Amino acid sequence: MQLSTNHLLGIKELTKDDISLILSTAQQFKEVLQRPIKKVPSLRDVTIVNLFYENSTRTRISFELAEKRLSADTINFAASGSSVSKGETLLDTVNNILSMKVDMVVMRHSASGAPHFLAKHLPGTAIVNAGDGINEHPTQALLDAFSIIERIGSLEGKKILLIGDIMHSRVALSNIWLLKKMGAEVMLSGPPTLIPTYIKEALGVQVEYNLLKALRWCDVANVLRIQLERQNQVLFSSLREYNLSYGLTRKLLNNLQKEIVIMHPGPINRGVEIDSDVADSNQSIILQQVENGVAVRMAVLYLLAGKKME
Amino acid sequence: MQTLLNPQQLHLTILRLAHHLTENHKSLDNVVFVGIQPRGVKFSDRLIQAIQTIRTGEKISYGIMDITFYRDDIREELHKATKTDMPFSIEGKNVVLIDDVLYTGRTTRAALDALQDFGRPQKVELCVLVDRRFNRELPIQPDYCGKTIDSMMSQKVKVEWDREEVVIY
Repeated sequence: MQLSTNHLLGIKELTKDDISLILSTAQQFKEVLQRPIKKVPSLRDVTIVNLFYENSTRTRISFELAEKRLSADTINFAASGSSVSKGETLLDTVNNILSMKVDMVVMRHSASGAPHFLAKHLPGTAIVNAGDGINEHPTQALLDAFSIIERIGSLEGKKILLIGDIMHSRVALSNIWLLKKMGAEVMLSGPPTLIPTYIKEALGVQVEYNLLKALRWCDVANVLRIQLERQNQVLFSSLREYNLSYGLTRKLLNNLQKEIVIMHPGPINRGVEIDSDVADSNQSIILQQVENGVAVRMAVLYLLAGKKME
Repeated sequence: MQTLLNPQQLHLTILRLAHHLTENHKSLDNVVFVGIQPRGVKFSDRLIQAIQTIRTGEKISYGIMDITFYRDDIREELHKATKTDMPFSIEGKNVVLIDDVLYTGRTTRAALDALQDFGRPQKVELCVLVDRRFNRELPIQPDYCGKTIDSMMSQKVKVEWDREEVVIY
């Protein structure tokens, strides 16, 4: 019983069995997190560095908590304020940290493929991708899956809608890989300028530009953030216009005649992709997603640490 | 393969352990029974049933505990984690840990660690169905024991619950 991989680089590299194993292990960690003492000694001989080359609130705190709940030693590294500004390369930085006897690396980087690069050059160290550019954010997709299963029982045959900035979203790509592997149906909705034209054929998903039609189809709607920091050209005219055509509003939901589950990976741009009354409603599982993130990350770290490196 | 306990003997052994436990605990108010996941729980389910028939009407505190995350061998082999359900505090209680086979003692050690995270018990006892007494790697002995056997490390001892037998092979 172990993962088929030594690293968590992306959902693309995982098998269906890997995903099931992570989710079932996370279920047990979730119970640990309800105890008076929310901590187990599993990784007390493991040191983990959290390398964050890009800003993060939820993911960084969630990983750090997961590591502490597993009794691992942790070091935090943020690119700003480090020797990165003096011109040190990624591989040099990591090699220097590893020479101080660090066992695992959790990394977020703005360059797609950065964790794959590390895994190639450091085969003996487990690398966990905490988001790389516009490629993948595997632990987010895993915690989304965990939260969906917790709410509606399973993924198999369920209809999941991803709304918004698909083009720049690593959350979207990881979610698509995972949901397809686990037998769910996936539909994308958003402005045509934010949905890559080839994605339909390449990943076997449906695309519906009319948000109301898409919402009528789905069981779960995962609303993505508009990533202004990654858009270097004008892809829609204004945030107000975006909100009018693709923002999730109470009025739209009232038109559905059924109750769908609302998700958002955070951080939320209130009044842009989702309105406050929707985000804070009982239909929304946004805070449950955050809560489940710790258990899911504990499962990933635990399963990778227990894996024998060749 | 050799049968250590046939269905009838297994039934009698469980009944004897139930009597032994109820003899030592005049009241069950302060006692909590904890089955160790995954295999110990099949045994503890049966044992609790037997205790219930002896002490009809008395409330029995019974939980199940998975000790996977407390093992000291995760670098050797990963075990699948299963459910923990401890719906009570064990603070100041007399805990009876229940497992099917006591072998190296490492599972029991992990269980003692895990137990601490649920409170500080006044006393912890160990009840096992089978004790493989010559293979211990830690100083751990059972307080209640169904059957003591002498076995070699190359052998395996298993309780086959669907056939109601304990076998060695």
